[in-house]
Amino acid sequence: MSALLDASGVTVCYGKIEAVRDVGLRVEPGQVVTVLGANGAGKTTLLSALMGVLPARGAVTFDGRPIGRLSIEARVGAGLGLIPERRELFSTMTVEDNLRLGAFRFGRRERGSLDGMFALFPRLKERRRQLAGTLSGGERQMLAMARALMGRPRLLMLDEPSLGLAPLIVAEVMRTVASLRDQGVSVLLVEQNARAALRVADYGYVLDGGAVVLEGPSRVLEADARVVETYLGVLAAETGAQEARAG
Amino acid sequence: MTGAPWISVALPLSRLAALATLPRRGGKVGAAVPSKTIRTRHSAPPEPTSRTPRPVDSTILLLLVQDGVVNGAIYALIALSLVLVFTVTRVILIPQGEFVAYGALTLAAFEAGHRPGTVGLLLALGAAAFVADLAAGRHTLDARSLGAIALRDLVLPAAIAGATLVVPEKPGLLVGILLTLAIVTPMGAYLHAVAYRPLEHASVLVLLVASVGCHLALTGLGLVFFGAEGSRTPPLSDAMIPAGPLVVSGQSLWMLALTAAIILGLWTFFGLTLIGKALMATAVNRLGARLMGIAPSMAGRLSFSVAAFIGALSGILVAPLTTIYYDTGFLIGLKGFVAAIIGGLASYPGAALAAVLVGIIEAFSSFHASAFKEVIVFMAIIPVLLWRSLRSHPVEDDE
Amino acid sequence: MSRLAPLLAGLAILALPLVPGVPPFWFTLLNYAGLAAIVVVGLVVLTGMANIMSFGQGMFVGIGAYTSALLTLHLGVSPWLGLPAALAVAGACAWVVGAITLRLSGHYLPLGTIAWNISFFYVLGNSDWLGRYDGLPGLPPIAVFGTPLLASEQVFYLIWGCVGLSVVLTLSLMRSRTGRAIRALKGGRVAAEAFGVDTGRIKIVAFVYAALLAALSGWLYAHVQRAINPTPFSLNASIEYLLMAVLGGAGSVWGGVFGATLVTLLKDQLQNVLPLVLGAEGNFEAIVFGVLFVLLLQRAPDGLWPLLTRRTGAPPPPAPVAAPPLPPRRAAVSGPLLEASGLRKVFGGLVAVDGIDFSVAPGEVVALIGPNGAGKSTTFNLVTGVARLSAGTVRLFGRDTSALPSRAVARLGVARTFQHVKLVGTMSVIENVALGAHLRGSAGAVRGALGLDRAEEAALFAEAQRQLDRVGLGALRDRPAASLALGQQRIVEIARALCLDPALLLLDEPAAGLRHQEKAALADLLNRLRGEGLGILLVEHDMDFVMGLADRLVVMNFGAKLCEGPPRVVRTNPAVVEAYLGSAA
Repeated sequence: MSALLDASGVTVCYGKIEAVRDVGLRVEPGQVVTVLGANGAGKTTLLSALMGVLPARGAVTFDGRPIGRLSIEARVGAGLGLIPERRELFSTMTVEDNLRLGAFRFGRRERGSLDGMFALFPRLKERRRQLAGTLSGGERQMLAMARALMGRPRLLMLDEPSLGLAPLIVAEVMRTVASLRDQGVSVLLVEQNARAALRVADYGYVLDGGAVVLEGPSRVLEADARVVETYLGVLAAETGAQEARAG
Repeated sequence: MTGAPWISVALPLSRLAALATLPRRGGKVGAAVPSKTIRTRHSAPPEPTSRTPRPVDSTILLLLVQDGVVNGAIYALIALSLVLVFTVTRVILIPQGEFVAYGALTLAAFEAGHRPGTVGLLLALGAAAFVADLAAGRHTLDARSLGAIALRDLVLPAAIAGATLVVPEKPGLLVGILLTLAIVTPMGAYLHAVAYRPLEHASVLVLLVASVGCHLALTGLGLVFFGAEGSRTPPLSDAMIPAGPLVVSGQSLWMLALTAAIILGLWTFFGLTLIGKALMATAVNRLGARLMGIAPSMAGRLSFSVAAFIGALSGILVAPLTTIYYDTGFLIGLKGFVAAIIGGLASYPGAALAAVLVGIIEAFSSFHASAFKEVIVFMAIIPVLLWRSLRSHPVEDDE
Repeated sequence: MSRLAPLLAGLAILALPLVPGVPPFWFTLLNYAGLAAIVVVGLVVLTGMANIMSFGQGMFVGIGAYTSALLTLHLGVSPWLGLPAALAVAGACAWVVGAITLRLSGHYLPLGTIAWNISFFYVLGNSDWLGRYDGLPGLPPIAVFGTPLLASEQVFYLIWGCVGLSVVLTLSLMRSRTGRAIRALKGGRVAAEAFGVDTGRIKIVAFVYAALLAALSGWLYAHVQRAINPTPFSLNASIEYLLMAVLGGAGSVWGGVFGATLVTLLKDQLQNVLPLVLGAEGNFEAIVFGVLFVLLLQRAPDGLWPLLTRRTGAPPPPAPVAAPPLPPRRAAVSGPLLEASGLRKVFGGLVAVDGIDFSVAPGEVVALIGPNGAGKSTTFNLVTGVARLSAGTVRLFGRDTSALPSRAVARLGVARTFQHVKLVGTMSVIENVALGAHLRGSAGAVRGALGLDRAEEAALFAEAQRQLDRVGLGALRDRPAASLALGQQRIVEIARALCLDPALLLLDEPAAGLRHQEKAALADLLNRLRGEGLGILLVEHDMDFVMGLADRLVVMNFGAKLCEGPPRVVRTNPAVVEAYLGSAA
């Protein structure tokens, strides 16, 4: 079966330093795949490379078509979407304008209305005339997701959607991610919050030092102590595992 | 003519405005003989300056304010386009003044019954842009995009050039204006493709140096195409409308009306159209915009075209007031800059209001210290710059 | 290309008048090139070294020229007396203009210099006492031993002698303590300030220096030409100087001289050829210059000199010399080195740091940890005076330092490294490290330019070498910092910090990008420093590294302190595990 996104040998350098080294990764249609790893493991760099934000070596195909040399805009046109870690909202424009610009790549007829998004994120409807910069952290994340979805991507990549959000909102974000799969959108989810990510994902990769050190179905990874190790070190892993058994 | 006494209110206002504030050469003697340096032009007999203090009565006051507002309208147009280009592309568009001069001189050529040299420049720039666009898109080019690029960079300028051949030798003012706008506007897009797009990732400072380079090149080309002779065009209207103690010329009304129309047009464009909002989005957050599929090259092309259009229109409006030479645009453009900077290179209303202020400062300094009016206008920018940069974080700015 | 090449080129130029049959016009041209070269050398210091873009050098040339012209015309003094006056007036003007203009940030600065230069031109052209646009004719020539220098060949030696002098002075200045501070501006003001450099002052020093060279050129011009008018001092002239610097390569003094010569010769050729091609008179060379500007920026932003010589422009660092060690800066401190209480920082409406308390004692390693965005780096910046506190107090060595800027904090004995490495990439490793000892030297710009700082420099570099050896990178001393791997650059930053002889060391992610053995070596070094009584505060993500090293951990989350304690306690704390891994619920 052909993967929607198929990347192999992806390497990204900052000057002389390889931030991502020979990474291979696949996302099947309708799948939620997560990339885990500690701070500085190269997760954000990997997503940026897949989206064309950073130049990279290696082969990347999307829906069977090589996209490695395409610009960001051309990848958007092909059906990729990215919600970056910093969200990159248009902070001095209204929520509504942000959403409309999400459908910029379509012609006037195909743009679709905002109602679908307002149904998915009712809070945004209340705030439709407000400037994006005045939203709270959780609302910003919702707006970023809604804006990306307006472009009807076939693969949505999310970079740390839980960053800086309170646990309740994290749960809500993860529920939305899970609902995307039901709508047929594939998701590539980069998360530091490993537990939350593994719970929604079908498959996961663990990055350390820019390379994939571990991969497998989420259920398998959830039970693997080495995942915790990459975050808090060897000793903490033991504690984490104990705690997991206790919980 | 140059020594027009200041007290003579009877002088038509438009003429007075020209004498008072817009850049001007000494006399025909200096201007007619071009040379390797600017010096000879300036060595023409200096304008007489009266050192006796002149009383300012309310009529003169009104006159000066009115003068300032009319000139300020031109500066406002230029300032708005500079803000647009800077926010969208981070380019400080020094060559905007050249579009002003091109607009004025192209129209003057039509009026005089010549084919303007800018037509050749348009074709050449289009061809250069074609090469640059091919180079930029070499990895992703397909038949459709190739066709679009050829249409934009080769067919469009050829069609405009063809139109200048079809019209009669003296096409009349309206057709002349339309053709002028059609010739100069695409140059903005081509300039962006050739000079700035390859520098997309460069810093603001590098882009500024590139702008200075473009300014040099376009000024020199202006000299090639239009020669060192200055030109004037007939006013859009000869009407003289008495208004209290003053006489308002039809030309000034045209200037104010068109400025208002452009401002309204920009407002509609940004407020109501998705493409306008896309430009604004690029200005607010480039990466965010790219992730929505808004290409910076498209945004750059569009904003440069708008700037060139506004520049050409400003030139058309100014040309009846003062003799325009190939390099006159630079000073006019810089005054637009003074206004744009007062508005922080970011605020449209701020820039427009500041432009009127610049016009008024200029009108008053022409009256009181005519020889030093440029000094006064340009030095007015220093305290503003200081205030601006003190408001930004002094040490944390390089993060 | 060897170091001898410029010397040989110089000798070749000097021998030119001895060759019979060389047309005098060549000398005139080369004289113009030399005059420009002097200005451009100053511009290289400004643009290439200090990162200051100026479109106003023509103005300072003009100030020098007009000052000497007025003195010699009206007071009848010798041009040799006009020179110090020209330098003094230009220097003073540069100081005033710089004090106002250099506060401008980013693109406002070059726009400001454009405004100054245009205004200057109109003042010259409209003032009766300056001769308006006609200028001042009839200036006396410069006389040497009673012989007035009138012919181009005679002036040639004077001008190129001045070029040589400015090159030598500039190279010497750039190698000195002040020069390092100027070049450190390229690495960002934050890093320079963190080692006690008053960046505002040092920018003015660079600006005045460039203006002095410009005034020297102006003085020469006035008395060689024996008549002046405003044109050669207009904005266009300033733009041409900048083109020369960009064309040659603003990164090196030689590039500046090369660019000045090339543009001058090119301009002459273009002025001959273009009017013939175009069939009209005019300054068409502007077209070529403009296109050249844009093409260079697109294709060779570092200029032609580095391409021709395949060298970076940085002057080579001095060879190692034995020198007595620098005296230590302070006696041992007792009591806590750092006490932070109630630290709070609000950006806009966002609370980045909220009520953080902790302390660091001598001989203690404290680590600040927490997930991304927890506010660790902000806390660092609050402690070091880089960011202003919204509330709370920082006490260093028992003294309230909450309101002190970072260079004053450095003076107290606090050194730091940066999360995003802030070295000057074009400067050699050892010079970067020597910047750390900035506060332990005292030589100023004049001593530096005249080479009177040798003993102090030797001591500073000996100290830098000692610290570099200590962190195990002594062998890389002469490499440009940018050529090192990121991990090594982080270690160089530690050596630089140690050069300050700090009592408190702050390290922002020192282990990031290090290989396993390098981490072990780093841990070893930090353990030794702790043994010497240094207090160390570090932010680090590598938990194995932190857990093995730190005496105490302070865990932050959402800007607040989650918990504090020894590693063994902290890492089994469920709240910490949850902060890192997410809720298990």
